[in-house]
Amino acid sequence: MDANTETAPTALAEPAPAAEPEPPPALLATGVGKRYGSVVALDGVSLSVARGELVGLVGANGAGKSTLVKISCGLVRPTTGTVTVCGAPAATREARRKLGYLAELFRFPGWSTASEILALHQRLAGSPGGQAEREELLELVGLSDVARRRVEGMSKGMQQRLGIAQALVGEPKLLLLDEPTSALDPAGRRAIRALLLELRDRGIAVLINSHLLGELERVCDRVAILAHGKLVADGRPEELTQSGGVEIQTGAGPRRFPNASREDIPRIVAGLVAQGVDIYEVAVVRSTLEDAYLEVVGPE
Amino acid sequence: MKATLIIARHVLQESVRRRVFAVVLLLTVLFLALFVLASVKAFGAPGQFTIGTQNLVGPSQLTAVTSVTLLSLGAFASLFLATVLAVFLTLGAVRGDAERGLLQPLVVRPLGRRELLLGRFIGAVAVCVAYVVGLYAAVLLIVHQAGGHWPDHIVGPGLALVAAITILVAMSLLGSVFLSTTANGIAMFMLYGAGLVAGLLASIGATLGAQTVLTVAHDIEIALPFEGFYSAALHALGSNQTGLARVLVNVGPFGSSNAGSPAFDVWGAFYLAVIAVLATVGFERRDL
Repeated sequence: MDANTETAPTALAEPAPAAEPEPPPALLATGVGKRYGSVVALDGVSLSVARGELVGLVGANGAGKSTLVKISCGLVRPTTGTVTVCGAPAATREARRKLGYLAELFRFPGWSTASEILALHQRLAGSPGGQAEREELLELVGLSDVARRRVEGMSKGMQQRLGIAQALVGEPKLLLLDEPTSALDPAGRRAIRALLLELRDRGIAVLINSHLLGELERVCDRVAILAHGKLVADGRPEELTQSGGVEIQTGAGPRRFPNASREDIPRIVAGLVAQGVDIYEVAVVRSTLEDAYLEVVGPE
Repeated sequence: MKATLIIARHVLQESVRRRVFAVVLLLTVLFLALFVLASVKAFGAPGQFTIGTQNLVGPSQLTAVTSVTLLSLGAFASLFLATVLAVFLTLGAVRGDAERGLLQPLVVRPLGRRELLLGRFIGAVAVCVAYVVGLYAAVLLIVHQAGGHWPDHIVGPGLALVAAITILVAMSLLGSVFLSTTANGIAMFMLYGAGLVAGLLASIGATLGAQTVLTVAHDIEIALPFEGFYSAALHALGSNQTGLARVLVNVGPFGSSNAGSPAFDVWGAFYLAVIAVLATVGFERRDL
């Protein structure tokens, strides 16, 4: 061996840092099927939600969205397949310690107050958060002023927000939300959108099941589409939607260039100006998630 | 166990703060007011059992018969009102609450369904036992104040009433796993009525010496042991009465020839265990 060649002294070499084991995904459903008698609610659905990822689940009524969510939190037993929550089999205590859940149709006892409901769930979840956690959660959903109000005296929207606060008790790693904005007004929906983004920033994974495709398109990292119990599409919103060309508002009315992309705009505009056309507005047109959904699922 | 106690505490809170509790309290006050009135009237103007001019029952025996009858009426009312409370606290505990969306937020927490069911049972039993014991004690005091008479046994009948209401709570919880709220409520009151009919049959059978009727009544008591404990309570209230006084107590609406037995106590415990297993298995297998 050449004496000038620098070689690392093997005996003294620091061991390469061991790669951190990849944490299991927040939710991993593998080949999940569910039958109710002769009705197939889910047929071999596989879906994962990474830690800190915000995934929307869409589909027609009866497509199996709620069933998948209920299997994930242990309310329904799958006929086939497995689901894990942060690596723990669904329906086990370990899995339940990691998740928060808001059911599509839920109710809290009318005789109890918002604060009492959160306190009950803190005790059941073993959360040490105490009063500070309750106050923070009520603040987060805009219910600080009604902490001592009985549920029977709350509007449906307030109860929905209390449901979300309840789901966040104990700092879950995975949040399963089944139609969380169904009872909310536009301001409430906007607040929930902001909340979802904040949760994502905190590293909480969210699987949100909703019919409001516009809402999902705005906040979700990924959208999964279920139809007749099967997963028929799964991807980022921009992957699911398609370019619809370029639309230019001219003095003679709108002109559409269906095959054009964003990069073509300067050339097209220059050409139109050269022809003496007045240009007022230029927009890149994309199909919406609703278009993508209808294309995959059909009008049903 | 901690989760069980959390749920039991929640049930206790619910019991006290739901409107149904206020209704039961109102009914209780009404019953006690009427019971005071009836006791004062009964002891104030005792009747007579005579043939010609001869009194068949002496004054002290007559007081005892009046006391036992009033105490038995009180025991009946105590169990009936406690049953109303027990059924309303538990009739929708599983399927009904699941249909209304009350159950799901609790079930997804890290507690077993068995613990949740046990917590509901402990909470409902605590409320109903406190209620039935309180009402029974009030009845004893009222009769003693009005007629100066204590029953032949005090603790035994009280414990039998506690056993009866415990079984009724368990039956209603079991029903709530499989039946809708309305169906469970109807089923519970029909079973309660069937138990009362068995008691009447036993009373008639014993008075007439009709063995077949007694056998039928006994079989129903085995199937619905709350009735066996209730009739044992009635029997213990006047078990020291003899002669015509004994006959008068037995042929009355609250007569009972069922003295209870350790074997029946064991059966009651076994019955509760079977209910616990059925309810737990049924709940564990239910999709919510």
